Amino acid sequence: MRAELQEIVDEFAESPTSLRLPLLLEFADGLVPIPERIDASQFEQVHECQTPFFSAIEVDGDGRVTLHFQAPAEAPTTRGYAGVLQQGLNGATTDEVLETPADFFVGMQLNELISPLRLRGMGAILARVKRQIVEHQSS
Amino acid sequence: MPVSADPDPRLAQYAHPDRLVTTDWLAAHLDDPNVVVAESDEDVLLYDTGHIPGAVKIDWHMDLNDPVARDYVDADAFAALMSAKGITPQTTIVFYGDNFNWWAAYALWVCSLFGHADVRLLDGGRQKWIEEGRPMTREVPQPTPVNYPVVPRDDEQIRAFKEQVLSHIAVQGKLVDVRSPGEYNGEVTHMPDYPQEGVLRAGHIPTAVSVPWKRAANDDGTFRSAAELRAIYEGEVGFAPDDDVIAYCRIGERSSHTWFVLTHLLGFERVRNYDGSWCEWGNSVRVPIERPGFPVRP
Repeated sequence: MRAELQEIVDEFAESPTSLRLPLLLEFADGLVPIPERIDASQFEQVHECQTPFFSAIEVDGDGRVTLHFQAPAEAPTTRGYAGVLQQGLNGATTDEVLETPADFFVGMQLNELISPLRLRGMGAILARVKRQIVEHQSS
Repeated sequence: MPVSADPDPRLAQYAHPDRLVTTDWLAAHLDDPNVVVAESDEDVLLYDTGHIPGAVKIDWHMDLNDPVARDYVDADAFAALMSAKGITPQTTIVFYGDNFNWWAAYALWVCSLFGHADVRLLDGGRQKWIEEGRPMTREVPQPTPVNYPVVPRDDEQIRAFKEQVLSHIAVQGKLVDVRSPGEYNGEVTHMPDYPQEGVLRAGHIPTAVSVPWKRAANDDGTFRSAAELRAIYEGEVGFAPDDDVIAYCRIGERSSHTWFVLTHLLGFERVRNYDGSWCEWGNSVRVPIERPGFPVRP
């Protein structure tokens, strides 16, 4: 797993249980708004998520990935997941993103705090990002 | 001292008007020491992004569910939760939350299992409070802990289990399925846009009528008028206030919203929430399932 993402996972795991949700909130607050250069028609809705949630990727000339997400303020948990992936994977190579374990979030130890079902939203977002990369590579 | 009911004339149309409060009433009672405002949301982080000043957070997953068994917390854990939130048996708890008070109604129902006397819902929930431009804060209150007595949970009055549902349908008892039409008709096993929760069979419990829970709410999050609610539950599906009714959904949360509507807004005397709901029924061996286009099996 990419070191930047591993650091975030470790940060969660090493935090006392009571501080893990506030930490996730920091990632929700830190989610970067989608820049204007991204055409809204490129957004793809992640249907596995409970709320209107959109993702798009950019791959630069060096094969480095930038992740873009949009989720409403009423869905801070989803925004938090997106923020974790954005901070952990922005600037990664496409291979690094594709090699991210589908269950990487298990190590964050949020399972006591968030129901297992809702936790899976994190995996759904990653799966969508990976598929967008594969589609980009084959286009 | 008991906190008087919200005298707003709009609430008088409901069977138990003292179970609802308006945003105006709540705004005037935020500093009332006998009132504790509690936010219960679907999104576990939403309270932390901002809540009604002074409101405590009660989370359905962490606070109300047993961490191991599929059940609610026991009497000791409930007493500890209430104590930590500064709630005594005399406290008026006003619940509110996101998504049409879905989880707020669930939390209220769980408190009712433990017989907490004065539980109310904020009509319109979080949505209406915010739309009216009322104050929100990220400041988390630090209630002075109290000693809430250990009160046994009463699973007889307002909760139903699978075996009771089986006996209920054997006598053609009234049953309301509050899930989406697609779930009721067995086209899907989960809500649109929601993740699959591992249910093996699709359809509904025989004899159940379909009334999706959100039909009880207006677009602004408030409840529909008593006349509109009666037209749905009494007119359309033919329930009567003295019927023995069981409501269910997928894991028992949406149906606690309908439980609230039937019990407190329409005054039905015997309504139970089958919290095992479709996640239990649709995975159970040899229970009857009805699905359009198929004979009821087994």
